[in-house]
Amino acid sequence: MAVDMNMNVLIVDDYKTMLRIIRNLLRQLGFENVDEATDGTEALAKLKESGGNFGLVISDWNMEPMTGIELLRHVRADDKLKHIPFIMVTAESKSENVIAAKEAGVSNYIVKPFNADTLKSKMVSVLGDF
Amino acid sequence: MAGRKSKTATAGKPQRKSSSGAKTASAKTKAASAARKAKPASKTSSVKKAPVRKTAAKKTAAKKAGVKKPAAKKPVVKKAVSKKTVGKITAVKKTRGGKLDVHAELERLAAYIDAAKREIADIRPDVKEDLLPTATDQLDAVVEAAADATNAIMDSCEVVESVMGDVSAEVSNTLMGATTKIYEACSFQDITGQRIGKVVTALKTIEKRIDTLVETLEADEADSRKKPVKKPVAKSAQTDEKKEITDEDLLEGPQLGDKAKSQAEIDDLLASFD
Repeated sequence: MAVDMNMNVLIVDDYKTMLRIIRNLLRQLGFENVDEATDGTEALAKLKESGGNFGLVISDWNMEPMTGIELLRHVRADDKLKHIPFIMVTAESKSENVIAAKEAGVSNYIVKPFNADTLKSKMVSVLGDF
Repeated sequence: MAGRKSKTATAGKPQRKSSSGAKTASAKTKAASAARKAKPASKTSSVKKAPVRKTAAKKTAAKKAGVKKPAAKKPVVKKAVSKKTVGKITAVKKTRGGKLDVHAELERLAAYIDAAKREIADIRPDVKEDLLPTATDQLDAVVEAAADATNAIMDSCEVVESVMGDVSAEVSNTLMGATTKIYEACSFQDITGQRIGKVVTALKTIEKRIDTLVETLEADEADSRKKPVKKPVAKSAQTDEKKEITDEDLLEGPQLGDKAKSQAEIDDLLASFD
């Protein structure tokens, strides 16, 4: 099944610079409909407000007040949101983090710093080829 | 001046030539000379007078009893003793007697703790009011400058991207590849910011611990004479229970060197769940 290049993608990071980098990389990959949030709380509000109308969440881990792992748990616990693929993009590279994210239902995990190829390959593994 | 010397001499060497109670001029001179060796003449000297009459009486009794005169004892001199001297005395006592002079050891320990407390108290104002805020401000400035530079670079990249449609497909692709590399490189700012954040957190932790240490020492000093010392909980008892990993434990930020896992290692770990 072809990937909908017009789908909404939500990127979540407390570093505005990182949001801008990911947004630009996504645009270069062909995804123009990108929304942003600077922590889990704001992201969750946007997801709920949309009624789950997002095709992908790309989230940092270490944010306040709500972290990425907490956002992931909320998303997976919500019937309207739990279907949304969720990629964690974080500098937290310990095995414990990866295991915790997997147990919480993460779709894929990217460790920072990352490159455009890694971002694309993880998106492909989650969404299918594009 | 002669009177002073004589007074000191009497005090310093009283036993040697006073068995009859009548000192000759020669005896006085010898005694004065010996006393000068033992202690310089001084009006403020804290040299304690030995009990002359009692000693003389004892010696007279011993002489009558035919007891051989023992070797002259050195004078008993009490003076203000420095901590260094206490250390030496203690060392001698340990060597000679093989027993620990608990009092002297405790005095040394107390002096050591006092000195440590003063030093800690002295560094606190510098650290709290100057060094740490300065370090934190400088690090914040580094993060801000890096963010400004990164945004300026990305501004230029976006301008380049905006004109890609005006050039040939080949050139456009080249420009696209170049801007992608620049965006990737710009992510250093995020990692740098997180690393600096860890340093700032560490500095604040040091500040807090110094505060806690000084407060504890001050409180201990106030309470030490009143309350019994609480026995610390054994370390083994504290660590016996297996620690559960919390979300906070998982917030460490970027790892350094060997500790940092690569994307390939992360991928392997994820694959192990399948």
